[in-house]
Amino acid sequence: MATTAVALSERENYLNKEYGITSWLFTTDHKRIALLYLITITFFFFIGGFFALLIRLELLTPEGDLLLADTYNKMFTMHGQVMVFFFLIPAVPAVLGNFLIPIMIGAKDLAFPRVNLLSWYLLAIGGCLMIYTILSGGVDTGWTFYTPLSTHFLDTHVITAALAIFVAGFSSILTGLNFIVTIHRMRAPGMTWSRLPLFVWANYATSIIQVLGTPVLAISLMLVALERIFNLGIFNPQLGGDPLLFQHLFWFYSHPAVYIMILPGMGVVSEIVTCFSRKRIFGYKFMALAVIAIAVLGFLVWAHHMFVAGISLYAAMVFSLLSYFVAVPSAIKVFNWTATMFKGSISYSTPMLYAFGFIGLFTMGGLTGLFVAALGIDVHVTDTYFVIAHFHYIMVGGMVMAYLGGMHFWWPKISGRMYPEFWGRLAAMIIFIGFNLTFFPQFVLGWLGMPRRYWQYSPEFQVLNVLSTAGATILAVGYLLPMLYFLWSMRYGKAAPENPWNGAGLEWKISSPPVTDNFDETPLVTWEAYNYDELPQEVPVGR
Amino acid sequence: MADSPPAVVTHNPELQHHFTTLEQQTEAAVMGMWVFLITEIMFFGGMFAGYMIYRFMYYQAWLEGSQHMDFWYGSINTVVLLCSSLTMALAVRSTQLGLRRSSVVLLLITILFGLAFLGIKGVEYYGHIVDEHQFPGPSFRFAGAYTAQVEMFFSFYFAMTGFHALHMVIGVGLVSFVAYHAWKGRYHAHYYTPVENVGLYWHFVDIVWIYLYPLFYLISHIHK
Amino acid sequence: MSAHIASKKLYVTIWASLIGLTILTAAVSYLELGAFNIVLALVIATAKMLLVALFFMGVKYISEKMTLVVIVAGLFWLMILLILSMTDYISRPWI
Repeated sequence: MATTAVALSERENYLNKEYGITSWLFTTDHKRIALLYLITITFFFFIGGFFALLIRLELLTPEGDLLLADTYNKMFTMHGQVMVFFFLIPAVPAVLGNFLIPIMIGAKDLAFPRVNLLSWYLLAIGGCLMIYTILSGGVDTGWTFYTPLSTHFLDTHVITAALAIFVAGFSSILTGLNFIVTIHRMRAPGMTWSRLPLFVWANYATSIIQVLGTPVLAISLMLVALERIFNLGIFNPQLGGDPLLFQHLFWFYSHPAVYIMILPGMGVVSEIVTCFSRKRIFGYKFMALAVIAIAVLGFLVWAHHMFVAGISLYAAMVFSLLSYFVAVPSAIKVFNWTATMFKGSISYSTPMLYAFGFIGLFTMGGLTGLFVAALGIDVHVTDTYFVIAHFHYIMVGGMVMAYLGGMHFWWPKISGRMYPEFWGRLAAMIIFIGFNLTFFPQFVLGWLGMPRRYWQYSPEFQVLNVLSTAGATILAVGYLLPMLYFLWSMRYGKAAPENPWNGAGLEWKISSPPVTDNFDETPLVTWEAYNYDELPQEVPVGR
Repeated sequence: MADSPPAVVTHNPELQHHFTTLEQQTEAAVMGMWVFLITEIMFFGGMFAGYMIYRFMYYQAWLEGSQHMDFWYGSINTVVLLCSSLTMALAVRSTQLGLRRSSVVLLLITILFGLAFLGIKGVEYYGHIVDEHQFPGPSFRFAGAYTAQVEMFFSFYFAMTGFHALHMVIGVGLVSFVAYHAWKGRYHAHYYTPVENVGLYWHFVDIVWIYLYPLFYLISHIHK
Repeated sequence: MSAHIASKKLYVTIWASLIGLTILTAAVSYLELGAFNIVLALVIATAKMLLVALFFMGVKYISEKMTLVVIVAGLFWLMILLILSMTDYISRPWI
């Protein structure tokens, strides 16, 4: 059971089984592919972050002094595209999901290992196209590619950007397909649906969205490209085309896509909260059904992005009402996490700090979502910084927090090393403070009426903008820290035991790092999920 | 370490190491194909949604556009595709029964039907683009009413049939691939998943055409 | 996967019905039915789709309930896309 540090270097595992670049580039091991994804999305995270930094620097002063207006347009466009399609969407599913789903269900690999590798290559190809777009002058459509702006009025690199996202979309589709089939077909004996970890449930729900939504994005971007290349007139208002058709198709994917960017995070937080409270998750079935409900309801609400764009009032009322329904399963999740912690023996380890951050920030992001789902208020705050703050609370406050929490929680398993706990907690605090300082002022700014996507603003908004930029600087430091100490720990960190947190899942029953086939023999699951009442009450935090 | 796999697992060259049984592997592959096909439904679904909305908005223009479709080319192509679906289904059946020769022959006939479809489509495109100047954009010429909206109709025509033709090209490639391997004798009564999955794809592409045919060629009672 | 192998005769019968339905749909398209031209054409197309899906694609013989759920889900989501976006266009002139 207990693995000592000595054994670590000697035993064969997925990391030291083979060496050399080809053993990574042609691997079909889901764990190695997860690490390929990790490197790729970290790279894009810092590119997207760089654009964000330029945006915040420009907004330090009311005048447009650092960037030209056109350059600023490119900055926020590429910030959005890089962050959404090359970081947030692959973040938890493709890295943590890839690594953990086969292990959590007791399988040797995903159902289609070569397809899994293909998914990474597609993301890499899409990434190269995105880099090409950036280097050759960028694109300034806004991340939404709204027509007819993107089809008729811009001569920037719309086609390569659309193609980049099209290709990355196929990566996302194939990952989702792989997960769905794996979860259905590869579960170990005894691993019933009611024993699946909630992380697996969350990724399953995410995969549904990826599979059913992404193709619609793919075709709408293709039609934009065809309209530019071949002069087809699908969205052309001069021929009577309806620009709102594009928005319908785009948001049919892109609203569910924000659930791609939060559901896996919810799965991570469910794992962390139950482990560090030493209690079985409260209301397991509701938690599992809630993620599926969010995935399904997410497809019925898309036109709330178009309330002021000219859709019919009656349709707007229907979509507004449907949007409120999403609040129900979301609230179930938040209440059940809280109930799980109630009377638990909570330890304030780094992953748990991120989980706290997630729950608080997601709640704020979710509640402000109700504001913008209300027709009357939405007219007031549409395209203001209120919306910016709202979705950053979900995507950054929610998903990035969860992603980092998960990275800390499973880092011992992934790398076989412990990260430094002190620095972990410090970084979590810095990120929480930096995040709130960056984005809370933006709620106020938006409420006061500061519009998004302008590089200048009225002088009375400056104080809050300076606060926001200061916060962004702190946030940048907070994000750099984990990368540095994770790298440090790969060489100098203490060797991780099999189960540093006394966790309950199957992933904590195998060696750290796992062997290539994960399990020496196929496990037989005879226990319920999260049986923390049968496990020790304390977490041996690796200090 | 388990020194040897359980005795029930007979070593099978087609069984990949991460599956327990060949049955599990087959089920996973077929389910994966179906999941892929629903992504294809949604891919074409985006265009069908656009088609439907504009047909609702510009009813007369859509009728006008439909009257300039090549009714006979479209109808013949429908028959060609249905024939190819029959030979594809029979090819899968032959592979299931382990009849190597007939499965290869049927796959080759399927390829021929696929190429015939693409050839007829090419002739039809040529007529629209070169003779009639009906390709959208600066070169678009249309003498009848609702010129602008008819240009949109033709945009949908070229986008939807174009993506369908692209799927046909991919389909011909896939059928050629399994035909080659069938000829090499890789498939037998217990292992024919690739043929089955390519068959599913082929039939799906056929189904898309089953809807494209009435939506473009048959919505008006007047035919060219 | 239960390896159900249908008879050659069944496949040929289905094919013959498909060709028959194609001739039917082409023939009735000459009738002047106004808006019902497309309705009739789509009904026949759906019948053809069902024949292809049930027999050629073997949906009728799929023993796996989950695969059936996948297929139904795909069609259901297509309906979400078509119907919900249509609500906007239909109700725009209502005010």
